[in-house]
Amino acid sequence: MKIVVCIKQVPDTTEIKINPATGTLIRDGVPSIMNPDDKGGLEMALRLKEQYNAHVTVITMGPPQAEAILREAFAMGVDRAILLTDRKFAGADTLATSNALAGALRRIDHDLIIAGRQAIDGDTAQVGPQMAEHLKLPQVSYVTDLKYDGKKYFTIKKETEEGYQILEVEGTCVLTVLASANQARYMSVAGIMTAFDREMEIWSADMIDVEEVKLGLSGSPTRVKKSFTKAQKGAGQVFEVDAEEAVGIITSKLKEKFII
Amino acid sequence: MDFSLTKQEELFMQMIRSFAENEVKPLAADIDDQERFPMETVEKMAKIGLMGIPVPVEYGGQGGTNQIYSMAVEELSRVCGTTGVIVSAHTSLCVAPILENGTEEQKMKYLPKLASGEWIGAFGLTEPNAGTDAAMQQTTAVDAGDKWILNGSKIFITNAGYAHVYIVMAMTDKSLGTKGISAFIVEKGMKGFSFGKKEKKMGIRGSATCELIFENCEVPKENLLGTLGKGFGIAMKTLDGGRIGIAAQALGIAQGAMDETIKYTKERKQFGKAIAAFQNTQFQMADLETKVQAARLLVRSAAFKKDSGLPYSADAAMCKLFAAETAMEVTTKAVQFHGGYGYTREYPIERMMRDAKITEIYEGTSEVQRMVIAAKLFK
Ligand SMILES: Cc1cc2nc3c(=O)[nH]c(=O)nc-3n(C[C@H](O)[C@H](O)[C@H](O)COP(=O)(O)OP(=O)(O)OC[C@H]3O[C@@H](n4cnc5c(N)ncnc54)[C@H](O)[C@@H]3O)c2cc1C
Ligand SMILES: Cc1cc2nc3c(=O)[nH]c(=O)nc-3n(C[C@H](O)[C@H](O)[C@H](O)COP(=O)(O)OP(=O)(O)OC[C@H]3O[C@@H](n4cnc5c(N)ncnc54)[C@H](O)[C@@H]3O)c2cc1C
Repeated sequence: MKIVVCIKQVPDTTEIKINPATGTLIRDGVPSIMNPDDKGGLEMALRLKEQYNAHVTVITMGPPQAEAILREAFAMGVDRAILLTDRKFAGADTLATSNALAGALRRIDHDLIIAGRQAIDGDTAQVGPQMAEHLKLPQVSYVTDLKYDGKKYFTIKKETEEGYQILEVEGTCVLTVLASANQARYMSVAGIMTAFDREMEIWSADMIDVEEVKLGLSGSPTRVKKSFTKAQKGAGQVFEVDAEEAVGIITSKLKEKFII
Repeated sequence: MDFSLTKQEELFMQMIRSFAENEVKPLAADIDDQERFPMETVEKMAKIGLMGIPVPVEYGGQGGTNQIYSMAVEELSRVCGTTGVIVSAHTSLCVAPILENGTEEQKMKYLPKLASGEWIGAFGLTEPNAGTDAAMQQTTAVDAGDKWILNGSKIFITNAGYAHVYIVMAMTDKSLGTKGISAFIVEKGMKGFSFGKKEKKMGIRGSATCELIFENCEVPKENLLGTLGKGFGIAMKTLDGGRIGIAAQALGIAQGAMDETIKYTKERKQFGKAIAAFQNTQFQMADLETKVQAARLLVRSAAFKKDSGLPYSADAAMCKLFAAETAMEVTTKAVQFHGGYGYTREYPIERMMRDAKITEIYEGTSEVQRMVIAAKLFK
């Protein structure tokens, strides 16, 4: 089984500060990390590698510094790493990003494609599903567990707003995975020692299977009209009481506000 | 001269810091309180290679450097001194002497299991009457043809009970003094080998410190480590390496206390100001930070020399002496900056102070380090 995992380098938002004057993120000096959902997806792939000897490739589109998460992936145990980097990719929105990734995926053998559900910076959760559409593959989003029968079927647990669903999928598909699916492994010391000796492939726009107009700024229909900081909601009030009393409190509050 | 971390060291730091923060720190107060050996942490460390860092890949190790190994001990100790010494005693005092003195058969037999963490290692030199004066060994080993027969006891042995492999010093010829001491590889379960009293300690309370008892203990002939009569030299060289590990432990404890104190003094307010705003706090903290950095440079330089195959015996003594005394000073002052809260177990700082003290004692007291350094000066 050949698995490709799409990983993205993102600023560590737990360390991000907001410039109070402009309301924008201060990106300087913020460490970059592998997107947490992607790490969950990578762990899922590495477990299939351990159990079924799957071959795991990671791919990222980004600036040359994105090499860092590919080295980290090597140290976690992946077999192959590809960096899609080219000025032609610059200014990509989610559509152009997914087109670029799909273009690369057409050039890589795959039986399963795994992406994160959502990147903690862009936050759209669009890239995985868009990629599946470009590649005309079935997709399962919000995946929290996956089992393989060793031959043909994946049994997949998918989170929904109300609970979860269990799906059975046959053959090649795209999954978007949640970080909460598992606890991703740490890099091993031996993996770290050899990570920088491994061959990282660097692919440019002309090495992938997609029309150039679909890439970068020219392939990005999204236009940012205005960006602003959301007004902070006040802290909620917590009542630690039993259910009956709680119902009373809630209904009286709702009445107070003329909602009911 | 290049003081920056290599790419591997940087990536390692990223990993070990998150491992220490997420897996080690949450247990630190509890294992101290319960005096509990954190076996689950050892298993997690084994999985990612922390029990075999400076061991070549062909012996089942991680192919790492002593520099990376000392960084591991530092970062673990920064949140938990107990976890730091478990790795240090295992790696420096058991794995290293087998790697450096073992026959090919001994290395193939012991290193893969030790480096993978399946087995834990320990080292027995100290006896009731042979502490600083380690040459006064009373444990004996007698050649009984196809085996050695060991009699005697060792005290204060780190990892004892949990370890499977013990490097044990014993007299093979009393008339020869230190030249009559030999080193042996003893396995848990060998006939006549048992454990005695478990110590109750001031600090590093989660680590096991226990007596080893040899009553006509039968050790296979091939388990002599190095040549006959060379045990004292092996022990001293092993301790040279071990001192880098303990210095790294002390450095980590000192850094951990700095971290806690910076955080606390910024939050705690008296006289309408953060404690950190008082000049006394700032000047003392500046001095402490300078000492911690100096200790770090001494540790890195000693590890560099060991990795480069240069003599490092005095360097190891200096880094241990300085880092241990720095750890004691930093943690003592850190408790002071925390006031009454620092004296309680609500905060980790009193534990750090208790943990720091041992670094001035084991693997040679600070007095012994001064003897080693002076011996080089006046040779
Ligand atoms: C300064 C800035 C300006 C932006 N402006 C726009 C804009 O104008 N319009 C717009 O639509 N978007 C914009 N973006 C978002 C940017 O295009 C997205 O970051 C990118 O397209 C991916 O979308 P996402 O982050 O929402 O990823 P998501 O869709 O949340 O990511 C889901 C998953 O897709 C995969 N994935 C996503 N990106 C990559 C990648 N580069 N390489 C490999 N795998 C990946 C990962 O597995 C990820 O977990 C901007 C981003 C920044 C930082
Ligand atoms: C928690 C713990 C773990 C340990 N782990 C191990 C282990 O794994 N393996 C092992 O073999 N040992 C271990 N030890 C033993 C440790 O190395 C010894 O305790 C240490 O070497 C000191 O020996 P001692 O306790 O007999 O003190 P003593 O030798 O009795 O020393 C008492 C004091 O006298 C000073 N002193 C002694 N001689 C001189 C001198 N000539 N000049 C000036 N001052 C002197 C010492 O510096 C010290 O301050 C451990 C000890 C502890 C407490």
